[in-house]
Amino acid sequence: MIAPMLEEAWHAMGANRLRAFLTMLGMMIGVAAVIMMMEVGQGAQFMVDQSIASMGSNLFIVLSGSTTAGGVRLGSGATPTLTTADADAIAELPSIGAVAPVAPGSAQLVYGANNWATSVMGTTPSYLDVRDWPVTSGNAFSQSDVRAGTRVVLLGKTVVKNLFVDEDPVGKTIRVKQSPFQVIGVLAAKGQSLDGRDQDDTVLIPVTTAQRKVFGSQFPGTVRFIMAQATSAQAMVAAERDMAQLLRQRHHLPDRADNDFDIRNLTALANAQAETTRVMSLMLGAIASISLLVGGIGIMNIMLVSVTERTREIGIRVAIGARERDILLQFLLEAIIISVIGCLVGVILGVGAAVAANLLAKLAVVITGASIMLAFCVAAAVGIFFGFYPANKAARLKPIDALRYQ
Amino acid sequence: MAETTVIRTEHLSKQYETEAGPVPVLKDVNLEIRPGEFVAVMGPSGSGKSTFMNILGCLDLPTAGKYVLDGRDVATLDKNQLARLRNEVIGFVFQGYNLLPRASLADNVALPMVYAGAGRDQRNAMARDLLGRVGLANYERYAPNQISGGQQQRVAIARALINSPRLILADEPTGNLDSKTSYEIMKLFVALNQEDGITIVLVTHEPDIAAYAKRLVKFVDGRITHDGGVASGMSEETPA
Repeated sequence: MIAPMLEEAWHAMGANRLRAFLTMLGMMIGVAAVIMMMEVGQGAQFMVDQSIASMGSNLFIVLSGSTTAGGVRLGSGATPTLTTADADAIAELPSIGAVAPVAPGSAQLVYGANNWATSVMGTTPSYLDVRDWPVTSGNAFSQSDVRAGTRVVLLGKTVVKNLFVDEDPVGKTIRVKQSPFQVIGVLAAKGQSLDGRDQDDTVLIPVTTAQRKVFGSQFPGTVRFIMAQATSAQAMVAAERDMAQLLRQRHHLPDRADNDFDIRNLTALANAQAETTRVMSLMLGAIASISLLVGGIGIMNIMLVSVTERTREIGIRVAIGARERDILLQFLLEAIIISVIGCLVGVILGVGAAVAANLLAKLAVVITGASIMLAFCVAAAVGIFFGFYPANKAARLKPIDALRYQ
Repeated sequence: MAETTVIRTEHLSKQYETEAGPVPVLKDVNLEIRPGEFVAVMGPSGSGKSTFMNILGCLDLPTAGKYVLDGRDVATLDKNQLARLRNEVIGFVFQGYNLLPRASLADNVALPMVYAGAGRDQRNAMARDLLGRVGLANYERYAPNQISGGQQQRVAIARALINSPRLILADEPTGNLDSKTSYEIMKLFVALNQEDGITIVLVTHEPDIAAYAKRLVKFVDGRITHDGGVASGMSEETPA
C-alpha cells in the first residue's frame, strides 16, 4: 500500500518542481541554520571547557588583603599577610587537597645570545598538582629543592621557544636576573587562559629561591597568593569556610576585624563563563529553530494549496474506493518527503558551512552526530505536524462536493 | 449469495437543509433492480436523479428510508466499509470521464486495484487486458490529454471494470460525446451487460441513448413517475 503511494507522492511533486523546491528551500535553510548554530555554539563551549580544564579544577586563590594607608586604599595583595607557613597550615585541612604558595615576579632571562622577559613564579612542587600541569621532559623540582632554595627552573613552552629555539633546554643553564639557574624540566603546553593570557609564557622556581635570591622581600617568608584545591566540587563550600576560619586564627584577628585576606573561588567564575556560553549556544539554536518553524509553515501553506487544487482528484479517488486514511496518508507522505529531502540537503549545507567557517574564519566548530540527528528528527516531526492539517482536510472532503468541484 | 436484488430502496427520502428550511429532493422512492438488468434513468434537471445516483453509489446517505446494496443495508456500514463497497461492488463512469491528468492510462485504469491492495505486476497485467478490451491496446503509457474524449471515456469504463464489479453506475456517460462516439460507448455497455451479466444503471437526457436499456425509470420532482419498458416510457410524454 505504501509503495505505490510513495511513488504517487513523488510524481505529484514532479508535477510542480519549482513549487516543491521552494517549499523544500524553507526546510533546507532552517535545518542548515540550526545545525550551523549548534556546531558554532558547541565549538565555543568546547573552547571554554578546555580553558577551564587548563586552569585546574575546584580551585581557590587566597590573596593577601587590601590595606588603607592614610586614607588611600590599596588593592588586594598590598599588604603581605600570607606566608608559606599559612600555606602549610591550609594543606592540613581535611577539605583541601593540594596547596601551593606563589611568590610571583618578572625577570629577564638570558641564554646564550637570546633573552626574554617573562613572569617568574616562586612556588612549590604541588603547584603542578593544583594547576594539573604535567612536565613533558626532565623533572619537576622537589620539596628538598624548596627547603634548600636551589637555583633550578622549570620552563613554559613559550619561554623554551624564545630562548632555545630548537635546542633541548633540559640540563642547560640560563640566567635569571643575572644569577645562573639550571633548567631541570619543561612544562606541557597549556594554551590561552580564559582571559586570553598565554599560560605558557612563564617559568617556575622554588618559592624559597624566589623569596631569598631573586626578588627579595621586606617581609621574609611572605607570598603574594596561595592556590588551594578542594578535595572535590562538593567540598568547595566547606573548604572556603575552613580556610577563612584557619587564616583568621593564624593572623590573630579579633572578631570584629575584617579579613586581611581574600578568598576567591576561581571555579565558580569559570563555571559562570561556561554557563554563559551554554546559554548563548542554546539561544543560537533557538533562534535558528524559528526558521525551521517558518519552513514548516511553508509546507503547510503549500499543502493546503495542493489539497484545494486537487479537490476533484480526491473526489475521484474516494469514488473508486479510497478510504479516508488512504487520502490522509497520500498527502502526509508528500509533506514528509518534502521535509525529509529539505532536511537532508539542509544537513549537508549546515555541515559544509560549519567546515567552511572553521577553515576560513578559524571559528571553532564541533560537529556531532547528535546535533544532526536532532535536526533531522525535528524536520521529520515538522513535516508530519504541518502536513497533518492539510492532509486531514483532504481526507474529510465530502465525496460528492469534491467530485463536483471544478 | 442468494439475494435477488442488486439494488433495493424502500421509502428512500433525501432532503437538504438550507437557510430557507429543508428542501426535499427525493420523496419515498421504492425501486428494485435485479442482477443483469440494464436500467436507464431519465428526468428533467432538479428531478432528483443525480442525488439518487449519488446515494446508489454510496457517495451520499439518505435522510430516511432504507437502501440495500448487494444484500447489505448501507445504513449499517461505516465509512471504510462504504469505501470497500465502492471499490469492489460498484464501477463508476462519469460524464466528465474524471481521469487523473498526471497518471498514465494504465495507472488510471489500475487505480482502484491500488486501493484494493493488489501488487504492481497484477495491476499492470489487468490494466493492459482491460485497455485491450475497450479497444485501446498499446495505449498504456499515454496520458489522458493525448487521446480523444471518446477514448477517455473508454479508459474510464476500463477503470470501472477492473475490480470486476457487479454494478456499473454511469452518470450521463455520453453527455460530452458526439452521437457516433456515443453509440460506440453504448455498444460497450450493452456488451458488458449481455456478455458479462453486469448490472448497469445509466442516467441520460437523450431518448436514443436510453433506448439501449431494457428498463426505464423516470424521475419527476423527486418521485418515480415511470418504471417499466423503455418504449412505453418514451411514448407517455410527461405533461409540463
